[in-house]
Amino acid sequence: MSVARTIHFTLNGRKVSTEIEPHHNLVELLQRFDLFGARESCGQGLCGCCTAVVDGQPVSGCLYFAVMVDGKSVTTVEAFDADGALSKVQQAFIDHGAFQCGFCTPGFVLMTHQLLQDKPNPSDDDIRDYLSGNLCRCAAYPEIIAAVKAAARAGR
Amino acid sequence: MAQVGRGIPRLEARSKVTGRAEYTHNLRLPGMLYAKVFRSTVPHGRIVRIDTSAAAALPGVERVVTGEDIRKVIPEPYYGPAFHDQPILALDKVRHVGEPVAAVVAADPHVAEQAVQLIEAEYEELPAVYDEVEAMTSQAIVHEVLKPAGTFADLKHLAGKTGTNVALDFHLTRGDTDKAFAGADHVFEHTFRSQQALHLAFEPFVAVAEPGDGMVTVHTSNQTPSFVRMEIARLLGWQENQVRVKVPLLGGGFGAKVYVKLEPLVVALALIVRRPVKVALTMEEQFYMITKHPTTFRIKSGVTKDGKITARECEVHWNGGAYADIGPRVCQKSGFTAPGPYDIDHIKIDSYELYTNRTPCGALRGFGIPQLVWAYECHTDIIARELGIDPVEMRRKNILREGRPQATGTKMKDAAIEQVLDALAEQMPWSKPFDRGTGVIRRGRGIAIGFKASISPTTSVAIVNVSADGSASLNMATTDMGQGSDTIMAQIVAEVLDIQAEHVRVMHTDTDITPYDMGTLGSRSTFHMGHAVRLAAEDAKAKLAALAAEAGLPPGTNYPPSEIFVKRYGMRAGNVIGSGTYIPTYQSPDKTTGMSENVTPFWMIGGTGAEIEVDTETGKVRVTRLVNVADCGTPINPRIATTQLSGGATMALGFTLFEDMVLDGGQVTNASLADYKIPGMHDIPPMYNELVDAKQSNGPFGAKGLGESATFGVSPAIANALDDAVGIRLTDLPMTPEAVLRALRAKEGRPLEDDA
Ligand code: FES
Ligand code: FES
Repeated sequence: MSVARTIHFTLNGRKVSTEIEPHHNLVELLQRFDLFGARESCGQGLCGCCTAVVDGQPVSGCLYFAVMVDGKSVTTVEAFDADGALSKVQQAFIDHGAFQCGFCTPGFVLMTHQLLQDKPNPSDDDIRDYLSGNLCRCAAYPEIIAAVKAAARAGR
Repeated sequence: MAQVGRGIPRLEARSKVTGRAEYTHNLRLPGMLYAKVFRSTVPHGRIVRIDTSAAAALPGVERVVTGEDIRKVIPEPYYGPAFHDQPILALDKVRHVGEPVAAVVAADPHVAEQAVQLIEAEYEELPAVYDEVEAMTSQAIVHEVLKPAGTFADLKHLAGKTGTNVALDFHLTRGDTDKAFAGADHVFEHTFRSQQALHLAFEPFVAVAEPGDGMVTVHTSNQTPSFVRMEIARLLGWQENQVRVKVPLLGGGFGAKVYVKLEPLVVALALIVRRPVKVALTMEEQFYMITKHPTTFRIKSGVTKDGKITARECEVHWNGGAYADIGPRVCQKSGFTAPGPYDIDHIKIDSYELYTNRTPCGALRGFGIPQLVWAYECHTDIIARELGIDPVEMRRKNILREGRPQATGTKMKDAAIEQVLDALAEQMPWSKPFDRGTGVIRRGRGIAIGFKASISPTTSVAIVNVSADGSASLNMATTDMGQGSDTIMAQIVAEVLDIQAEHVRVMHTDTDITPYDMGTLGSRSTFHMGHAVRLAAEDAKAKLAALAAEAGLPPGTNYPPSEIFVKRYGMRAGNVIGSGTYIPTYQSPDKTTGMSENVTPFWMIGGTGAEIEVDTETGKVRVTRLVNVADCGTPINPRIATTQLSGGATMALGFTLFEDMVLDGGQVTNASLADYKIPGMHDIPPMYNELVDAKQSNGPFGAKGLGESATFGVSPAIANALDDAVGIRLTDLPMTPEAVLRALRAKEGRPLEDDA
């Protein structure tokens, strides 16, 4: 197929480099580093299961070419408990049972972190608008909203 | 402390919020290859030629495999739980668009994908049939010869039949409907249709096969690991112990991942290339795997002038698609509840499972029940409105009460139908005046109730292993796909052994050591596996007591298990292994009358109340409130149980208002999440969920299943609310704004142009 090239980037705070082919997407890149929290489901940028944060911006990993992270900083859900402790958002998701199968959960957790960064005290409408790019087939939506509010109260 | 009844978080919660939960989706094995599937582009045709040469020549391609190549490792490559009708890769014929015809194996999935594009196939197209009613008489015959699997007694008579698309017909007769209709004050007859829709689990179908020394290991996202093992062994002509099936957590199932799906293909490919092979479908490919039955249900009732239903005839046609999968069971097991939870003396049911040239249809959260409730609850509501009887009163007058015989003759027991109806009426609240509005936006409300029998008679086996430190592990083949089975089973073990549920380790299925279970489906696990787990824990407890006696401790000793082991073995050593097997009693329905005294070990009851707003200018329906009520006996974990209600209701909301697999000339035209919309954040109405205070007297700790119950009534409750709001009656699903607007305009006498 096509020629691989070497990219250097920061992954969850650590400098890394790897060879990657131009048609590979971000999800495939993360899998190389044994990070499976971002996962491809719809493959069309519609469900949010593949969410990762690149230079502070959430992106759909399924549509984001891996080579584009060259020189950038990537954060995945695995960053939040790197020190062994859960983030307040993660704890709130557990306390409120904000998932069933859990396949969509890393995307929601990441987006909730982003939301609370932008709006520390979101209204229900803020939450719905901000998270409308994430879908949950198990439909844990009411619990997700409750968890986001609890996390906001707890200060992320 | 009591462990049953605690609303504890899921045991695996931490792994899910950290992204570290284990799914087959993540699995990669050393030396593993990837396979991609080449699919049929025609709905029905004879295969004339498959040209794989260009694909095989692509650098990086390991092997291109066709149906004939599969025969080298599996001579009779047809599978299925009810019929052995589905080839691993098409042989001779293709029967639906998207049917697997060939597969490419390569180390790089992108290479495999590119090679698939290079395969060419030529078909001699055959006439096709897509509609379930037309399939009854169509000249297009999907399967030349019927091949029942032999597992189900009531399918045996179909063996070798030719020239038919009927994959099962189920009939039930009680009393004399003709006579009752003649004597009725009113007779009503309606026909309702439902659409093809699908599960769309967010972890799409995925399986990995790993060939070993005289054995094969299958890692799969599957709800029925024990069946996978048996079916793969049967296909290979091997013993069951040569097939090892491992199932971690599932990223959703909803009835899609039952029986075998990708497993025969990955096993065949792995045995051909003698390397581990992974097949992971895309979201689009899920549209070609398994779906929900479209149905046509003609329902006719005889009613007295004060609203008592005296007779009901149900004729249901189930569109099973190109392969039977578990459709014949849907046709029978759900078919016998087609008259609804009503006490009716004269009943006739004719339920037909049809082959058509669509993606196969199987079980989807409710096993056919939502399609039935859709019809009988709309029909019941129309009757009430026409007779000027309040819809709640109409139901109250007719519901099956404790001890009364259901259509099959089985007497109702522990079925809180009246309680569910009362709770609905109270929570709406039905007796309060309701403002229907006067302007462009009109408002309405409606209710619906439904019921379901359990899948019987089915077996579950569990093992509880107590280690020498007193800690306990549970080994069972129930798979946790998000419904919370790991957690509630741990609660049962903990309750019996008097330990903390959070300390019980629940092992995920590895059939080398995990005992048999019929499957995680039909809301059967809490009841069936719950009993097996309870029995296994009780067995372990009894063995601990025996160990204490052997160690010379007095009966009823308070010694903790860890000390009993030390006393008995002189050091921390040994295990106590408890096992439990459960199968409920059952009597299969009589072949001609459909009667049975014991057709199910328990009944699931679910009801929905909906308040809606209709925009009369656009036809858009907005659900403003949903009340979900169910009888699940006494819940083991009330918190998880409640989320099953909201989750099920939301899924049903999608099937009610927008989800629809659109077919054009046999082609699915919206096979992606972009074109097939599912409920998102903005579609969720405020919801009230209630589990009525009930007890299933033969259930484990009073519990029974509920994963499907909240799906039953959503569609008819909304249709009834629509009628209440604007006086139109839709009889087809989904109720899109377009359909609503067409009906509104037709009612106003100014139909949309193409309807005029
Ligand atoms: S997989 Fe990327 S948005 Fe769905
Ligand atoms: S928890 Fe299953 S998809 Fe969201």
